[in-house]
Formats: sequence, C-alpha cells, structure tokens
Amino acid sequence: MSLAIDVRRLRFRYGNGPWVLDIPEMALERGTRAFLFGPSGSGKTTLLGVLAGVLKPDEGEVNVLGRDLASLSGAQRDAFRAEHIGYVFQMFNLIPYLSVLDNITLPVRMNAKRRARLDGAGVKETAALLADHLQIGDLLKKPVTELSVGQQQRVAACRALMGSPEIIVADEPTSSLDFDRREAFLELLFAECERAGATLVFVSHDRTLEGMFSRTVPLPDINRAAL
Amino acid sequence: MLVLDLALKSLRNRAFSTSLTVGSIALSVALLIGVENVRVGMRDSFSNTISQTDLIVGAKGGTIQLLLYSVFGMGSPTNNLSWDTYREWAEHPAIEWTIPYGLGDSHRGFRVIGTNEDFYRRYRYRGGQAIALAEGRAGSEVFDVTLGADVAAELGYGLGDEVGVTHGIGAVGFLNHDHLPFEVAGILAKTFTPVDRAVYVTLEGIEAIHFGWEDGAPPMAGEEHTHEDVLAMEEIEITQVTSFFVGTTSRRDVLRLQREINDYEGEPMMAVIPGLALNEMWQGIGYAETGLRLVTIFVVLVGLLGMLVSLYTSLNERRREMAILRAVGAGPKSIVALLVLESVCLAAAGAICGLALVYVLLSAGQPIVEAQVGLFIPIRPPGSVEWLFLGAVVTAGFLMGFVPALKAYRTALHDGLAVRV
Ligand SMILES: Nc1ncnc2c1ncn2[C@@H]1O[C@H](COP(=O)(O)OP(=O)(O)OP(=O)(O)O)[C@@H](O)[C@H]1O
Ligand SMILES: [Mg+2]
Repeated sequence: MSLAIDVRRLRFRYGNGPWVLDIPEMALERGTRAFLFGPSGSGKTTLLGVLAGVLKPDEGEVNVLGRDLASLSGAQRDAFRAEHIGYVFQMFNLIPYLSVLDNITLPVRMNAKRRARLDGAGVKETAALLADHLQIGDLLKKPVTELSVGQQQRVAACRALMGSPEIIVADEPTSSLDFDRREAFLELLFAECERAGATLVFVSHDRTLEGMFSRTVPLPDINRAAL
Repeated sequence: MLVLDLALKSLRNRAFSTSLTVGSIALSVALLIGVENVRVGMRDSFSNTISQTDLIVGAKGGTIQLLLYSVFGMGSPTNNLSWDTYREWAEHPAIEWTIPYGLGDSHRGFRVIGTNEDFYRRYRYRGGQAIALAEGRAGSEVFDVTLGADVAAELGYGLGDEVGVTHGIGAVGFLNHDHLPFEVAGILAKTFTPVDRAVYVTLEGIEAIHFGWEDGAPPMAGEEHTHEDVLAMEEIEITQVTSFFVGTTSRRDVLRLQREINDYEGEPMMAVIPGLALNEMWQGIGYAETGLRLVTIFVVLVGLLGMLVSLYTSLNERRREMAILRAVGAGPKSIVALLVLESVCLAAAGAICGLALVYVLLSAGQPIVEAQVGLFIPIRPPGSVEWLFLGAVVTAGFLMGFVPALKAYRTALHDGLAVRV
C-alpha cells in the first residue's frame, strides 16, 4: 500500500518566528480517514498549509502522492494543489460573489488537469451529482450569501471533491455545526471520499468525533515544536 | 479567462463602491477631455476671428499690438499712416483689395472704427463668412453709423437714434464730439467676433469730427463745427488711416509683399500675416492652457487615487476570498492578476463613461454655449489626443493596480491558509 503522505524531518516557521512545526515523521496510507487533533495554536492549520503546498517547508521532506513538495517551486506546488488536493476551511468557505454552482466548479475551472479528471463528464453535471449526494441539489442557483452555515460547509465539500482529487484536507469544517449536523456532514463526506478513493486529513480539536475515523494523529505528540 | 470572470463578478458584487469609483474617474476624465475640447474650440474660434485677410498693415511697432488694435479692438495705436501712402499701396498690382481702418475714438466704451464700403464687401471671419446687416443699411454718409450687434443690444439703440462720439478710447472720454452726433443707419448681424463690439463710421466721418482738432486739442468754445459746417461727403479730404487689411491677388505673393511693405521707405510701416501673428499670440496665452491641462490631469490622478484607496481598503475584507482562491490552486500571480485586472476594468470603464459623458454634454451644451458665449465647440469623433488620454488613464489604472496586488501577493505567499482577522 503506497503512502499518500510521508513527512520526514519537517521544520517550518513563519518568517523568522519560532518553530511552529518540527515533525520527525508522519505517514498516512492512501484511503486513510485521518483525524488530526491538537489544541488551539498547536500548528494544525499550518501543517495543512504545508501539506497542501501553500507554505514551503524550511527543512525536511514532505512527500505527497510520491512528490516531495519541499523540492518544488511555488508555481509547481500551486499546480500540484490545484490538481490533487481538495481543501475545506473551518468557515466562510465560499466566494461571496459567485453562485453556489460557480463556487463548486472553481477547482476544475482553475486547473485543466483537474478538469481532465472528470473523465468526459460535464462540469455542471458532475457538480449537480455531487450536490445531490451532499443533499444540496436544490441550492445550485442560489447566491451563497443566502445559505445556512451547514449548507455552506456542504457546498465547500462539493468543491473539494470536484474532479476527484486524491487528498481531501479539511480544517475543522464542522466546528460551527451542532452535534447532529456534524455527524450527518461527516457521514456524507466519508461516503464521497470512499467513492472517490480519496485520503481524508481531518483537523479538529473536538475529540468526540474521533471514533468515526480510521486513524488518529495527535499533533502535540508528533510535533516537537509544540510548546 | 477565469480571472477576468472573477474580476468582473467581484466588481459587480461591490456594485455601489464600483459605481462610485467609475463615476469619479468618469467625471475626471470628462473634465480632462472636455477642457481639451473647449481649448481646441477656443483656439479655432480665436484664429478664425478674421479669415481671408492675407496681411494687416500699420505703422511700425509691435506685431501683437497691431493685431490687438486692428482685429480685437484692444490697446491703442501709436501712429497713423498717411492716406497717400495707403492709396499707393492699395494700387499695388499684387494687392487685390484693402479695408482701411481709422481708429482712435469711442462711443460709451465701444471702439469707433472709420472704414469704407470695402469693409462690408470684403471683411470675412470664421471660415469665410461675410458681414451681414441685421437692420438698415451699411452707413455710407458722413454722419452715418453702423453698430455691431452687441453695441446695439447693450445700449438699446435702434435705427435713427443719435450717437455721440468720444475722442480717445476710454470708457468716458471727457473730450466729446457731441456737437456732431451721428445717426444709426444700420445694425450688423451677430458674428461672435470683436466686430460685434465696434461702431462703424465712414473715414470721412472720422475726419469730420476732428475738424478743428488738428493741433490735438478741441476747438475753442464757439468755434465748434456743426453739421452745417461740414462739407459734403465727396469734399472731405481724408488725411490718414490707422491700419489696413490686405487681400492679395495671389497668395504666393504674400511673403514678398510683406517684405516689400516692411522695407517701404516713404513711411515706417509694417505688415503682419494674421494667421502667424494669431498663432504667436495664442502661444503667449499657452501658459494658461498648460496650467489648465495640468490641473485637469491632477483631477484625473485624484480620481484614480480614489480607486486605489477603495481597492486597497477592500483587501482586508477580501483576505478570505484570496485564501479560498489559493486553496483551490490559484498562484500568487493569479491573485495579482485579479487585482490588477479589477483596477484596469475600473479605469477603463471610467475612461469610457467619461468619454461618453463628454459627448452627451457636448451635444446638449453646444448650441447653448454657441448662443451665449459665441464659442463653437465642434463635435468630432475622438481623435488621437482623446485616445492618448484614455490610454494614459487605463495605463495608470494598470500601474496603480499593482499597489493592492503586491500587498495581496505578499499576504498570499506568507500567510498560508490561516486567515487571522
Ligand atoms: N501567518 C502567520 N504568521 C505568523 N505566525 C502565524 C501565522 N499563522 C499562524 N501563526 C502562528 O503559528 C502557530 C500555529 O498556528 P495554527 O493556526 O497552525 O494553529 P491551529 O492549531 O490551527 O490553531 P486553531 O485550533 O486555533 O486553529 C500559532 O502560534 C500562530 O500564532
Ligand atoms: Mg487552525
């Protein structure tokens, strides 16, 4: 089984600040549903930024799908992210001036390789199908400003899943939902990840969700920079 | 073009601030182009004050001065030319026609010009238009006077009214020729040139009112001449003219003729080519033009700075949006492109609206301005100057777009995906 993520001797800091990440080793197999937790300020979002290729590691290797992001240029990392990674934020996931549909189709419009992954299926049809799966099929035409928070998060999940990227990264996407909706959202997300064969890296400081995942990664334990 | 699509939708989403920005740029651009149009209109109408006159001849002195007193009714002539000299030149084979002018008197602030029927026949202004009479006839008797349109309108004169003439050209001359009043024979149609503000009499009339003034002072009390003393038209001997306009038989002779006149030994005199002299004069006023243009350019810069401020301040609210775009794979360069494109779109929309606004205002205001001020501003398709301005505005918008864009670029590179508010 090949590794989706294989981090070695990673060190990262913002500018000349203190080290935020110092991770000797972290590996996730393909298809894992990983639960990454840690207290606020422990570097969860920062680690996701590094895994997504938005932040450049200062030291070490960050192998994602077999490519070492640390050795890629900024533009190469951007292209890599566009093609292989879907990202869900904690909240305010949507671009306010785009419709629900336009928000969902953004990744495939941004990157031709991601579009090629639709395998000939139409952009709109794929988006509509995903929206149906996540039970927001009737919202496609709506302006995003009229959606509830739970609906917004599901739109964001659709966007992350668009074009079936190998890795879905979610940064506390459920923290603004109540408990029932949290579970419902996760179940929908899991089903879609499974359908696409995607690896899920899910960040939270809420350990009540831990049981739903196949693997738990406690960040303070693996991150030596943790204070 | 995803980025263009995003830029347009984002601008539309901020419709209020977008339209304010476009509006302020449009107004400033309209001002810039409008001022340019008015300037061109003014210069054209200025250089069209007289037309078809090849030379203006007067006593030696300043070029501009000669132009001022014989064309614009401003300033005063220093010397006159003798009638014999004038006649000698009028007979010159290269000269087709002349219009003699006798200057130096006024009527309640308006210049009195002595001339003859050649003025009514030959004088041309603005593209060859001739003098026309609105009422009555062209004065031809000793005590006839023909009024420019503004003179008649402002002083409320009608045909047959009596008009006194003042010696000298001050508003209230104290040396009056009131003992020899003139009678209004005709009123000229409006020309929107200095002709409207002048009073025309015959050269004989000018001589008549100066009978007894040969020594430069008024005649003693009791010695004033009255109408009865004055000789009939054909018996009056004209002694001098102040200047005269010349039409040549062939335009090729103009330069040679000018030199010949300037070298004339009988009397110190000079000839100027009105087109050249008018240009030279306009250059003199050019400082004001440059100043005006500078001011309007600054107004445009202020408009663009307003755009810069609005884009820059919107950046803070848009950090989320930038992070989302980064997350779906947009590189920092796309972020720069987005912001620069927005700035260019704003500037271009402002420039185009400004240009449109100029045409709307011109077509609405042109007849009013022409009637009120006598300034004809032509409506032409945008010329190279307009395109240059528009290009400059869009380029400035492009360059200014980099200010917010580079800030967003730095944020995008260093902040990662954690948006801290
Ligand atoms: N752009 C930045 N520049 C400088 N320091 C930053 C930046 N973003 C985060 N940090 C710092 O890095 C550390 C880790 O932040 P991070 O956002 O990764 O934590 P987190 O685990 O995601 O916390 P939370 O659970 O509150 O989201 C913190 O000390 C934070 O102050
Ligand atoms: Mg975080």
